[in-house]
Amino acid sequence: MLDCGLDTTSVLNFLPLPLVHSPRLSKLPGWVSKDGTLNLEKELKECTGRVFVDSQPEFCLPERELLDLSTIDVILISNYHCMMALPYITEHTGFTGTVYATEPTLQIGRLLMEELVNFMERVPKAQSATCWKNKEIQRLLPGPLKDAVDVWTWKRCYSMQEVNSALSKVQLVGYSQKVELFGAVQISPLSSGYSLGSSNWIIQSHHEKVSYVSGSSLLTTHPQPMDQSSLKNSDVLILTGLTQMPTANPDGMLGEFCSNLAMTIRAGGNVLVPCYSSGVIYDLLECLYQFIESANLGTTPFYFISPVANSSLEFSQIFAEWLCHNKQSKVYLPEPPFPHAELIQTNKLKHYPSIHGDFSSEFRQPCVVFTGHPSLRFGDVVHFMELWGKSSLNTIIFTEPDFSYLDALAPYQPLAMKCVYCPIDTRLNFHQVSKLLKEVQPLHVVCPEQYTQPPLTQSHRSDLMLELQPPPMPYRRCSVLNLPFRRRYERVYILPELANSLVPSEIKPGISLATVSAVLHSKDNKHTLQSVPKPPPMPPSKKRKRVIEEPPVVLAPKPLLSGAVPLEAFLATLQKHGITEVKVEETADGHILHLQAEDTLIQLEEDGTHIVCDNNEPLRTTLRDLVLRFLQKL
Amino acid sequence: MLDCGMHMGYNDDRRFPDFSYITQNGRLTDFLDCVIISHFHLDHCGALPFMSEMVGYDGPIYMTHPTKAICPILLEDFRKITVDKKGETNFFTSQMIKDCMKKVVPLNLHQTVQVDDELEIKAYYAGHVLGAAMVHIKVGSESVVYTGDYNMTPDRHLGAAWIDKCRPDILISESTYATTIRDSKRCRERDFLKKVHETIERGGKVLIPVFALGRAQELCILLETFWYRMNLKAPIYFSTGLTEKANHYYKLFITWTNQKIRKTFVQRNMFEFKHIKAFDRSYADNPGPMVVFATPGMLHAGQSLQIFKKWAGNEKNMVIMPGYCVQGTIGHKILNGQRKLEMEGRATLDVKLQVEYMSFSAHADAKGIMQLIRMAEPRNMLLVHGEAVKMEFLKGKIEQEFRPLPDPKKPRTMHGTLIMKENSLKLVSSEQALKELGLNEHQLRFTCRVQLQDPHSDTDTLHRIYTHLKSVLKGYTIQHLPDGTVMVDSIVIKVSSSAEDTNTKVLLLSWSYQ
Repeated sequence: MLDCGLDTTSVLNFLPLPLVHSPRLSKLPGWVSKDGTLNLEKELKECTGRVFVDSQPEFCLPERELLDLSTIDVILISNYHCMMALPYITEHTGFTGTVYATEPTLQIGRLLMEELVNFMERVPKAQSATCWKNKEIQRLLPGPLKDAVDVWTWKRCYSMQEVNSALSKVQLVGYSQKVELFGAVQISPLSSGYSLGSSNWIIQSHHEKVSYVSGSSLLTTHPQPMDQSSLKNSDVLILTGLTQMPTANPDGMLGEFCSNLAMTIRAGGNVLVPCYSSGVIYDLLECLYQFIESANLGTTPFYFISPVANSSLEFSQIFAEWLCHNKQSKVYLPEPPFPHAELIQTNKLKHYPSIHGDFSSEFRQPCVVFTGHPSLRFGDVVHFMELWGKSSLNTIIFTEPDFSYLDALAPYQPLAMKCVYCPIDTRLNFHQVSKLLKEVQPLHVVCPEQYTQPPLTQSHRSDLMLELQPPPMPYRRCSVLNLPFRRRYERVYILPELANSLVPSEIKPGISLATVSAVLHSKDNKHTLQSVPKPPPMPPSKKRKRVIEEPPVVLAPKPLLSGAVPLEAFLATLQKHGITEVKVEETADGHILHLQAEDTLIQLEEDGTHIVCDNNEPLRTTLRDLVLRFLQKL
Repeated sequence: MLDCGMHMGYNDDRRFPDFSYITQNGRLTDFLDCVIISHFHLDHCGALPFMSEMVGYDGPIYMTHPTKAICPILLEDFRKITVDKKGETNFFTSQMIKDCMKKVVPLNLHQTVQVDDELEIKAYYAGHVLGAAMVHIKVGSESVVYTGDYNMTPDRHLGAAWIDKCRPDILISESTYATTIRDSKRCRERDFLKKVHETIERGGKVLIPVFALGRAQELCILLETFWYRMNLKAPIYFSTGLTEKANHYYKLFITWTNQKIRKTFVQRNMFEFKHIKAFDRSYADNPGPMVVFATPGMLHAGQSLQIFKKWAGNEKNMVIMPGYCVQGTIGHKILNGQRKLEMEGRATLDVKLQVEYMSFSAHADAKGIMQLIRMAEPRNMLLVHGEAVKMEFLKGKIEQEFRPLPDPKKPRTMHGTLIMKENSLKLVSSEQALKELGLNEHQLRFTCRVQLQDPHSDTDTLHRIYTHLKSVLKGYTIQHLPDGTVMVDSIVIKVSSSAEDTNTKVLLLSWSYQ
C-alpha cells in the first residue's frame, strides 16, 4: 500500500468546536427544509446561508472495501501528512503487515496525530449526528452537503491508544537504505525535498523498477534536497502529490505573508496564522527571524500554540541528518540547525500547549499567533477566530494549501477581520514535473486523473496539466490498473566452481551459449546454482551407519541441435569416409540420399535429418557423427 | 581501509600505521577505494590526519555525523598534548586536521552508499560511543561486516548494537571482552559511584580528569542520576572546556542515544545537567567535599593539573583516571604508582591522595559477540582487537555453537542454456535459447527396420509387443497410442506387414538423437 492519507476536507462540512462556550455558534438556527417536511434542526445548523453538521468532525477515509486489508504486507509512507489515516487501516482490520517510514516522518507524524486527537478529545461532543447521512435525506439537503461522497464511511477521530498501536507497526528506514521484502523485491526511500524525512520510494526487483514519487519539492527549504538521479530507468513511475497551488509562487507568497503581517501589526492589529505544527511553519519562523529586525517588529510577541508546539520545535533541531546541507553543517559547530531556537531564547517566540494556563496570563496584543487546525474547525484557532473576527484591524493569513479559505471561513461569517490568502505549497508544479520526467525518462507514468486535464476553473490553462508521450495512465478512486510490465526473469547466482566448468561456444558474433546442468538452491527467494555433487565415496571403515542422503538424480537433458546440413559439403564428407554410391533425389523439403551399397536412406531437410538404417550400428554411428559435424549442439 | 587509529603506547613511528605496507612510493589514493572510520576514539581515528595530509590520501573518508562532529575536537586535543606539551615535531598541525575533515563524507545509519561502481557500504548502530557504527561492505555477491567497537546491551545513554541478517562472508568483530560474560560495565559503574560516594562522605574531594567529549558526558549522566537518587548535596563542577558546547553535541545528536533518552528529551534533556555546575578556579580552595570534572584527561597541563597540585597532598582526596594516559604525563606516572613527582623548578610534589583507574568502555562481551553472530549469520568470523589467548578461547566457543546446518530442502537439478551477450548473462531453457537467437531446432532421427515372423494381425502383433515390453522394461513409460504406435519413452514402434508375406512383420523403430 502506497501511503495512507486522510481526507480532512470533510471536516469543512461541520461546525467549529469552540474551546469555550460560544454564544454565537450556539444561537445558530437549526435547519428545516423549505417546505417544512424535513426537520433536522438538532443535527444541522445554518450560518449565512450555509448548512453545517453540528457534531464531532469526521474524516473521509481511504478506500477500505475494495480489498481485504489483512492481506496487505507492507505500507510505504512518503511523508508525515500522508500517514494520518494509519490507525483506520492497521487497527481492527486484521492488518498484520509492516509500515515503513523514516524517523522524522514517524516522530512528526506522531505529533500531528497526537495533536488531532487532543483537539477532538479536549471538547467532547456528547451526540453524533447520523440522520443526515441517510441517503434519502442527504439527497434533499442543500449543497455542498448534498454532494459529499461516501458520507456513511466517514469516521470520527481515532484514540491515542489506536495511534500508539498503529505506530508500533512502523519500521524505521533511512534514505537510500535498501530493504528486502521477502527476497522478492527491494524497496528504498529517497529524499523528496518536501518535508523533514519525506521520501519517494523505489520498488525494484533485479529486472524491473517502479518509482513512487509523492510530495516532492525542488525548492531549497529546510529538508534535504530531492534525490532525482535514483529515479532514472524506471519501468513505471507513479506520480502524485503535486502542488495544489500551481499558480502560486511560494517565494512570492512568503513575501506577501511578511508584508501583510507587518502592515497589520503596525496598524495595531493581531495576526492569526492557521497552520500545521510542523513543516512550512519552520520556514515561516526562519523568514520572520530575518524579517523581524528590518521590519521593526522586535517587540511584537510571536506565539505558537499547539499541544505539540514544544515537541515540534525541539524535534526539528535533532534531525540534522535529514536537513539541507546548510542546516546540517551547523551541528558541527555545534549550533541548532533552525534559528527558531534563538527566537525562543530571546523570548521573541513563545510556545504554549493551549490557550488555557500560562498563555492567558502572558498574552500581549498586538501579536502574531501560529496555531491549528488550518481547517478552522477545531483546535485553538477556533478561539482566536471568535476573539478577533469582529475587528477589521486583525488579519488572518492562510498559508496552508489544503483547504479552500472561503469554505474554512464560512461558519464564521459575517467577518470583519481581513483575510489574506497566501498558500505556500512547495511541491512540484507542472513545469517542474515535466522537466523532471524528461530527465529521469520513465517508460510509463501513472498519475491521478486530475493531472491529465487542466483544472475545472481554468480549463484554458493547458500548461496546468501533464502532457507526456506516451500519455500517462490515469487513475481515480477505486479504479483498477494493470501496470505495463511483466516479471520474467529472476537473478540466479552461479557458484565459481560451476562457472568454471561451463564451456561456452560462440553461436553468432558476440553471442555465446553454454549448456548448464546444475543444482538449484532457493532460499528466501534467493537462487544459487551449484555443480551437481558427485556421490561421496563410501568410507569403508565407517562403523556408524548413517543414512546417506541420496544424490539428486541427474537426468541428462535431451541435447538440442540447430542449423542445417548442407548437401554438397555432406556428400563430400561421405565420400571422404568411403561412401561413394549415393543417389540424390530432390524432394519438396530437401533431399533424400540413397546410400546404395549400404542400403541406407538419409533424408536431409532444413529442420531435420532422418537416418533410416537397418541393423548396422557402426554405420549408423558414423553417419550420426558426420551429421553432427554440421550442427550446433546445445 | 577500516579505521585509521593511533597506538597510544608508543612515542615513535610505531604510533601510526605503517603505510609502506600499502605502497612504497605510490600514492595511497591509488590503492584505497575509501577509508571508513567506525567511531571517534583515537585508537580508531587518531592517525587520520597523518594518513591523509602527511602520507597523502585524497579519496573519500566515511564516518557518521556525530563522529564527524566530535573526532576533530579530540584530534586537536591530542595534538596539543603531543606538540605543545611534549614538544614533539613531525606531528600533524591544526590546519591538517581541518583539511583532513574536508575529505569526510558523512554516513547516515542504514543508508546504502555507493562508493564506486562496485563497492557499496552501509552503516549500522554500534552502541559503544555516540555515533559509533558497524559497516557492511559489499562487492558483487561478497560482503564483509566490520564491527569497530560495539556494545550489545543498552547503557545509560546509548542503545544496543543492531544488525540485520545480512549474511556476510566474513564478520570482523572486536573481542576486547572475549572471555567476560557478565555485564561488566554495570559493575564498574557501581564501583565508581561507591568510590566517589565514600570520598564525599568522609569530606574528601574527587578530581576526574577527562577530555571534553565522550566519557565526560557519560560520567556526568552517571553522577547526575546518582546525586538525584541519593539526594546528595555536595557540589559537582565541570571546568572550562567542558562547557555547554560539548553537551550541546549530545543534545543535537539525541537520535543516536538510547530509546529512553530519545523518548523523554522534549520534557527533560539528559544532557542538561541540574546538579552539575560550571567551575571557577577559586572553588578549588573551598572547604568541604566536591567532585570536579576537569580537562585535560591526562593531567599534563591546564586546569586538571592545577587542581591536582592543590589536592594531591591530602589523603582524603581522590583522583579517578577514567581513560588511558600517554607515557610522560603525570597521569601515566601516578597510575604507575609514582608517589613523588618532580615539578617545574626542582619542586617535588608528594602524592598522598588516592589514585584510581577505571575503564568505562562499553564493549560486547562473549555473550554479546555470540548474539551478533546470530543476528548477522556470517559464513566466517575474524576476531580482532583483543588478546590472543582470549580470542583462541572464543574461537572454540564459536565453532562449538555455530555448526553449519544441512539444508533441509532437497536440491533440484536443472538444465538450461546460458546466453552470453556482451556483458549480460541469461539462463533460459534450451528451447527458449534457440528461439531468442532466431535459430531453428534441427531434428535428428533414426529409423531401423526389424523383421519378425508372426501370424497375427498387425494390431495384435503390436499389442503383443506392447504387453511384452511392459513386462520386460520396468521403470519406463510405455504407451500404446490409438494411432497404432507404441512409445517407449521417446522411441516409436510401428508394425506393418510385408507386402509378399503377411506372416512377416516389419517393425519400424524410430528414435531421436539423445
